[in-house]
Amino acid sequence: MIENVWLITALPLAGFIIIGLLGNRFGEKLSGIIASLFSSLAFIVTAMIFIEVLTKEESARKIVVKLFDWIVAGKINASVAYQIDPLSLVMTLVVTGVGSLIHFYSIGYMHGDKLSAKYFAYLNLFMFSMLNLVLGSNLLIMFLGWEGVGLCSYLLIGYYYETKEAGDAGKKAFIVNRIGDFGFLIGIFLIIFVFGTLDFSELEHLAKDHHSGELVIFWITLMLFIGATGKSAQIPLYVWLPDAMAGPTPVSALIHAATMVTSGVYMLARLSFLYVKAPETMFIICIIGALTALFAATIGMLQNDIKKVLAYSTVSQLGYMFMGVGAGAFSAGIFHVVTHAFFKALLFLGAGSVIYAMHHEQDIRNMGGLRKKLPITHITFLIGTLAIAGTPLFSGFFSKDEILWKVFNYSPAIWVIGATGALITSYYMFRLYFVTFYGESRSHDHHGLDGHDQGVHESPLIMTLPLIILAVLALAGGFLGIPHILDIFHSGNIIEEFLHHSVSDNAVVSHGKYMEILLMGISVLLAFVGFIFSYKLFFKNKGIPRKDEEYAGLQKTVYNKYYIDEIYNIAFVKSIYHFALVLWRAFDVFVIDGIVNGVARLLKNLGQGMRETETGVVHDYMMYMAGGLVSFFVLLFLFYL
Amino acid sequence: MESLPILSIITFLPLLGIGIIALIPGKNKNLVHAFITIFTGITFLISLFLINAFKADTSGFQFIEKINWIPSVGIQYFMGLDGISIYLVILTTFLTFIASISAYTAIEIRVKEFAITLLFLEVGMIGVFLALDLFLFYIFWELILIPMYLMIGIWGGKNRLYASLKFFLYTLAGSTLMLLAAIYMAYQVKLQTGQMSFSLLDMQALTLTPKIQTPLFLAFALAFAIKVPYFPFHTWLPDAHTEAPTAGSVILAGVLLKMGTYGFIRFNIPLFPDATVALAPFMSILAVVGIVYGAFMALVQTDVKRLVAYSSVSHMGFIMLGIFALNEEGLNGAVLQMLNHGISTGMLFLLVGMIYERRHTRMINEYGGIAKKMPIFAVYTMIAMLSSIALPGTNGFVGEFLILSGGFLRDHALGIIATSGVIFGAVYMLWMYQRVFLGKIVKKENEELTDLNFREQFILIPLVVLIFAIGVYPGYMLKTFKEPVRALIEMTSAKFNDENTVQKPNATIETSVEKKL
Repeated sequence: MIENVWLITALPLAGFIIIGLLGNRFGEKLSGIIASLFSSLAFIVTAMIFIEVLTKEESARKIVVKLFDWIVAGKINASVAYQIDPLSLVMTLVVTGVGSLIHFYSIGYMHGDKLSAKYFAYLNLFMFSMLNLVLGSNLLIMFLGWEGVGLCSYLLIGYYYETKEAGDAGKKAFIVNRIGDFGFLIGIFLIIFVFGTLDFSELEHLAKDHHSGELVIFWITLMLFIGATGKSAQIPLYVWLPDAMAGPTPVSALIHAATMVTSGVYMLARLSFLYVKAPETMFIICIIGALTALFAATIGMLQNDIKKVLAYSTVSQLGYMFMGVGAGAFSAGIFHVVTHAFFKALLFLGAGSVIYAMHHEQDIRNMGGLRKKLPITHITFLIGTLAIAGTPLFSGFFSKDEILWKVFNYSPAIWVIGATGALITSYYMFRLYFVTFYGESRSHDHHGLDGHDQGVHESPLIMTLPLIILAVLALAGGFLGIPHILDIFHSGNIIEEFLHHSVSDNAVVSHGKYMEILLMGISVLLAFVGFIFSYKLFFKNKGIPRKDEEYAGLQKTVYNKYYIDEIYNIAFVKSIYHFALVLWRAFDVFVIDGIVNGVARLLKNLGQGMRETETGVVHDYMMYMAGGLVSFFVLLFLFYL
Repeated sequence: MESLPILSIITFLPLLGIGIIALIPGKNKNLVHAFITIFTGITFLISLFLINAFKADTSGFQFIEKINWIPSVGIQYFMGLDGISIYLVILTTFLTFIASISAYTAIEIRVKEFAITLLFLEVGMIGVFLALDLFLFYIFWELILIPMYLMIGIWGGKNRLYASLKFFLYTLAGSTLMLLAAIYMAYQVKLQTGQMSFSLLDMQALTLTPKIQTPLFLAFALAFAIKVPYFPFHTWLPDAHTEAPTAGSVILAGVLLKMGTYGFIRFNIPLFPDATVALAPFMSILAVVGIVYGAFMALVQTDVKRLVAYSSVSHMGFIMLGIFALNEEGLNGAVLQMLNHGISTGMLFLLVGMIYERRHTRMINEYGGIAKKMPIFAVYTMIAMLSSIALPGTNGFVGEFLILSGGFLRDHALGIIATSGVIFGAVYMLWMYQRVFLGKIVKKENEELTDLNFREQFILIPLVVLIFAIGVYPGYMLKTFKEPVRALIEMTSAKFNDENTVQKPNATIETSVEKKL
């Protein structure tokens, strides 16, 4: 089966082409079913390959399947080739698995949208691109997927293209990502320059000759990390992700939570053999990750749009992953990618279910009391909240704690930032949960007879079933990576051992296991403190977030996301536009054309006589042309004789 | 096949078309249009045979036709084809064919004259890519000027007279020096071998001191730079592109600009290798300025056609950067990108033409939200845009990636600045797309818009196929460029190493370049 790895990408591509060409004839429902089918088939193929790989020796688990040459010229030799190894397999399983669930969910969510064939075509195109990103055996195929997912993100964010927000957000996402891709490209060029190859296996081999801390390795890794800050929404390029919530909610779950945004972490893990040789870059990554984790969490505290809260929490969680990776714990970072895919997809789909039920209301101040009306959504959302908050035994607890433990060993100061973020995370997530599902209904919905949300009822099975499956995963997924001290079943840290051969972890553990238990206790305590705050404010006191105009001082600044968008807008968008405008008028029009027109006028005045020939009559011009040609051939003839 | 003068057949077949179209009554517009399509179509089909008969693994010229023409001054009718020019010829016949179909509804006055103009243009363009005698090349080069001038001047938009005159003067000014330089070179051949010759191969065999190479290089470069157009000789382009009818814009952007870049590759590098190496840093800097400058200009345009025109300035800058990187990555990328740009920008102009025929305006703010009324049109535009912004999987990426790698390997700083064009390209294109297609329809006139018809889709589909075919499997083309490109690099790489013969305008750049080699 392994040699048929191309099927994993070909299946969603086939889905995209079929729906893209014929979707309008199929209608929304059939398009959704076809898209889900192709996505699920890709999952099945992946699962088969996974089982086959498990039967192999640990050292023989990397297989490269080359399909054909892609770009070959000079030093560049990139083929379309896929690499199966534990790292790519874990990611592929997550992408196809969670992806397929979201495809099915979308059939329910998009019901009634007559144009949604386009939506499903894009969704399959996304799967194709994402799987290329993950499976590519060289940087260029990865980049193909990398930009491809960016395109799909753009298309899907802008799905409701008639609203200005959607168009703006899609454009912003693409352009901010392109800024990151600029760094990615420079990184690629540097790799060509230094190593002369883009192939991961060859690079890993050649990297052995380079010492830790070499300047060129620093620049390569830093440039590629810039790419990661774009795609994975880290400071300073995180600004596109919150806006990306303008897209349909299942898209937010799939692209902007579970898969695409984690590709930065994946890329770093894929190239971990280079990153471990660049301690300075690793330090920068760790710091950026920690700051992003905290910064985004603080914004999340005051957001009132259910999707915006989740968006900032995604930015924040991605920060944790980078924090771990920066500390050298690549497999812990990937572990968090996996658990986060489960619980964040769950939370987004849950939010989608709420939004669907509330007829596209997204402001939690207008919700409340939904737990009775949406029982399945409520329970699964609670599980997701418990997981992300770091409740013991839930998946998020294991992966986040693994990261924090490695970070503590790397630098206790950065750990403090991360732990603070964990406290805030617990607070804002329970705030979201309580305000949405508890208290009185505050809906202004007009569907009910008595002004209450009578029209609100639980989503159909095709939407709740994915919620239930994801809830189980969010609950149990943590057992893939039980830390050694808690390993009572002696199953070992499954994911870390599985990834062992494909990522170069270099996190050093210098503290003893009592310290580990102590820290674990502290994180649980912090999560509990966050919960208590929320509980008091929003459950006991039945608090509701204030109205927009009531925010003041620091709160107002945080509520307005520290005005970062406004600052970027003035510093970059407006200034570049005005600079270009001035340049055009002053240089292109005034200077260059001024000279050209001046010369032309001069010639015209000099050659008044010639004006006679410029009659403007077409036939005259034609005559000149013919005359010139005839005389030309006559001359030719004469000379030739 | 070998015995047939296939190159001459392809070049002059359109002349036969002119003869026949001259005989049919001009009143029957559709008949004239049909005949144009037939003749451009046949020319295109015949040119496709070249691919079959062409041997890809050699750097020399093939299908050579050589006849003494004016022996007293060493002028020959000398035509030939190599891996660099083969696809340019096919691009020319292909785009002329496409342009002729696009003209059915766009050109309604003086159709017969249009036929003659278009077919003349085709003769000139094919000839430029095939001529290996500099005098012959010059004739073809100048031959294009008049029909293009007429094309803009007769069937153009409001400002057509200004635009056509500007185009005419700009290009005429450039090519005069080229002719003088060519004559000087032919005379040098006489001094060194005793027999005057305009043959490219004879001139290549000349030994010219670096000191004399520089002015000659510049004389040729001026003609080509204006055509490309190289910053700061680009201001004819937005006017000409904008005012020309759709068919004219497609040919201008698709083929005419490539004559400039082709000229650099075919003549400047092999004839003046020392000067090429010495001036490469300077030329590369101008190219990079063009990339960024063109993108900035495109950003602030309010007219769609003008925006696409300025985007051409930026894209042609990429091609020039690839050429003067003088390495395999850059040059292969440049040759490929010449074709890619023809396809993507040609397609963009066709699309603009289609919407123009419906609404008779090119102003961006006259549109908005038209994706709702013209969803198919929106998809085609999206694909052309993706190719233009070099998304991986499309043809644009392969060319741009190779060029930027080549540029970066030659000079890191220039490569980095050029790569920023990747960001700006996305900015102006996506913003334009948003303003035209997305949002709600605000103008009443746009409510009536109808989506593309069969004929319009018929000319777009082959372009779409090419965009993805080259994007996914560029090897088919890259393998034909490989040997001729390698030969070019060998000519110059010797000069990089042989420091004594190199005239150094800037010693530090030179040495840093050498290190990177």
